[in-house]
Amino acid sequence: MKISKSQVPYLLLFPGFAFLFTFFVLPIINLAQTSTQTPISGGDTGQYTQTFAFSNYIHAFTDNKDQFLRSFVYATLATILALAISYPLAYAIAFKSGKFKNILLVLVVAPFFTSFLLRTVAWKQILGEEGFVVPTLRSLHIIGQQTTLTSTAFAVVTGMTYNFLPFMTLPLYASLERIDPRTIEASGDLYANGLTTFRRVTLPLSMPGVVAGTLLTFIPAAGDYVNASILGSPSTKMIGNVIESRYFKIVDYPTAAALSFTLMVAILILVTLYIRKAGTEELV
Amino acid sequence: MVTESSLSPEARSVLGLHLSRRGVLAGAGGLGAAGLLAACGSGAKSGGAKNTNTVRWGNWPLYLDFDSKTKKYPTLEKFKKDTGIDAQYFEDYNDNDEFFGKVQAQLKLGQDIGYDVVTPTDWMAARWIRLGYSQKFNSANIPNKVNILDSLATPSYDPKRESTLTWQGIMSGFGWNVEKNPKGIHTLDQLFSPQNKGKIVVLTEMRDTIGIILMAQGVSLATVTESQFMNAVDFMAKKIADGWIRGVKGNEYAQDLTSGDASAVIGWSGDMFILSSENKGKFDFAIPESGGTISGDNLMIPSTASAAGKANAEKLINYYYDPTVAAEVAAYVNYVCPVKGAQAAMEKIAPELSKSEYIFPTEKTAARLQVFRSLTPAEETKWAQAFQKAQGN
Repeated sequence: MKISKSQVPYLLLFPGFAFLFTFFVLPIINLAQTSTQTPISGGDTGQYTQTFAFSNYIHAFTDNKDQFLRSFVYATLATILALAISYPLAYAIAFKSGKFKNILLVLVVAPFFTSFLLRTVAWKQILGEEGFVVPTLRSLHIIGQQTTLTSTAFAVVTGMTYNFLPFMTLPLYASLERIDPRTIEASGDLYANGLTTFRRVTLPLSMPGVVAGTLLTFIPAAGDYVNASILGSPSTKMIGNVIESRYFKIVDYPTAAALSFTLMVAILILVTLYIRKAGTEELV
Repeated sequence: MVTESSLSPEARSVLGLHLSRRGVLAGAGGLGAAGLLAACGSGAKSGGAKNTNTVRWGNWPLYLDFDSKTKKYPTLEKFKKDTGIDAQYFEDYNDNDEFFGKVQAQLKLGQDIGYDVVTPTDWMAARWIRLGYSQKFNSANIPNKVNILDSLATPSYDPKRESTLTWQGIMSGFGWNVEKNPKGIHTLDQLFSPQNKGKIVVLTEMRDTIGIILMAQGVSLATVTESQFMNAVDFMAKKIADGWIRGVKGNEYAQDLTSGDASAVIGWSGDMFILSSENKGKFDFAIPESGGTISGDNLMIPSTASAAGKANAEKLINYYYDPTVAAEVAAYVNYVCPVKGAQAAMEKIAPELSKSEYIFPTEKTAARLQVFRSLTPAEETKWAQAFQKAQGN
């Protein structure tokens, strides 16, 4: 069989589409189906049947709006903190690190060689009663003698910031590294001071990295449940914890599915708004 | 190289190192990530199914005597040698619900789940039986069945023990840091005394935590009603909201106790026994005056096991109901031994353990332990939901 030129792109796309269809489209359809099921009357735990109960969504949302709100607040805080830490870091690696550039990049990625869970558990020990942080802060009277750091929102946001930091740093580095240093020199030649140069030249040129980094941090952070479950308390539970508990502990698959769907749509809307704003006004 | 003991239970579970059966339960309860991955697989490693001389057993980690030098399970090795049966042991249990979720679809379709023996906790065993996912034993193959303790012989979900036999029993009660609670903790009021404020951890296992609160409120676990249950859940929710309880956790409470983040807990006997011996008596455990809970994990043959697999499974179960073998296991796992005569056998191998209330509760102790009544599926869902809600989920 002869393949015409016009068919080539489709053939090349086929593996990708097949993959997406099997591992994204089908599960999403399944998720949507599950989300409107209700328990079989007289059935056993975990037995559900399709009744198109869209009210599942209303219950799922109203019952857990606190955790939804908390997820977005924590994810936003972690994203802002990660950006504040990563930007100077990526800037230094891109422009000031000289021959250490590659080593520094490896160091940013190095924590990834250890399990995500282990690193989070490590934070629990760092912030725990017998770690060095709490006794130090207590003896400096920065925190009270009875104040603890684990099982707090502070610990959860700290853990999230730490865990997602490389996702912020790497795209930022990639876009900063591409900036032609001559544009910065030119800005100086035009009598712009350092701050103005940063505001008018460097920052706008690095915006693709900022957008990519914030998205790569915010999206997984909003759905994260590991940090909240290891470092948090009952009052810091996020929506991911609710989904986990609904699925595994209560065996309430429809609510878990409805929550997952709601989370996905909420993130999609927020991200769309964000890209529109960042994309049209600042990127160009 | 890090040593095993320097790691937290979660860390060890992540690394796949050995830790207590409850430890992994906690790791999964808290994280579930490993569980989610596991759930993608379709049960155990198969391949043994066709060979008629095998038996595949899915159990909780560190729940069988293990020799860290040879990396083998001595009692299981002996079983293999004596019978010529290739017993394959999988530490695949992380969480009851998770394991159930993993094999449910295959059980429904009658396809091999990859195990000939599984080890669910009482309430989950009840569900398997209700759904017809278990097979009745051929009692002729398990003569040692008569060795089960009288107190465990007639559970409501399997009154004649036709398809389950207890593997180990688990007591729950109060655990505490001796320094912070020099007088010990024997009542719920003592648990919620000022020095423990914000440093109390209770168990994620609903039947244990709420069970202990219920008994302190004078409610019998054999007859608990929905309103009594909800009342106890409200009590817990209030203690969380007021900052008394810092967390609802699985075995992580052990780490919180050693790190000083927790000073008092509702915890499990076996864990506390090990914690106490590892930390030179820094911790102690007691069954509350108003009563503690007892539950069991059960050996059970899934409906999908082949005739040969079932026969081998019965031989295996019979073997572990031999008092001498049961004593060897109990000496290692430190949970309540369900086999009559094991105490006498223990005197020969580890005399000090034969007096342990944790392994061989005296009648006086046993009288203070209650079993949570079995719940209907509708109750199970509704009550679990209330319990989860109270912990912020």
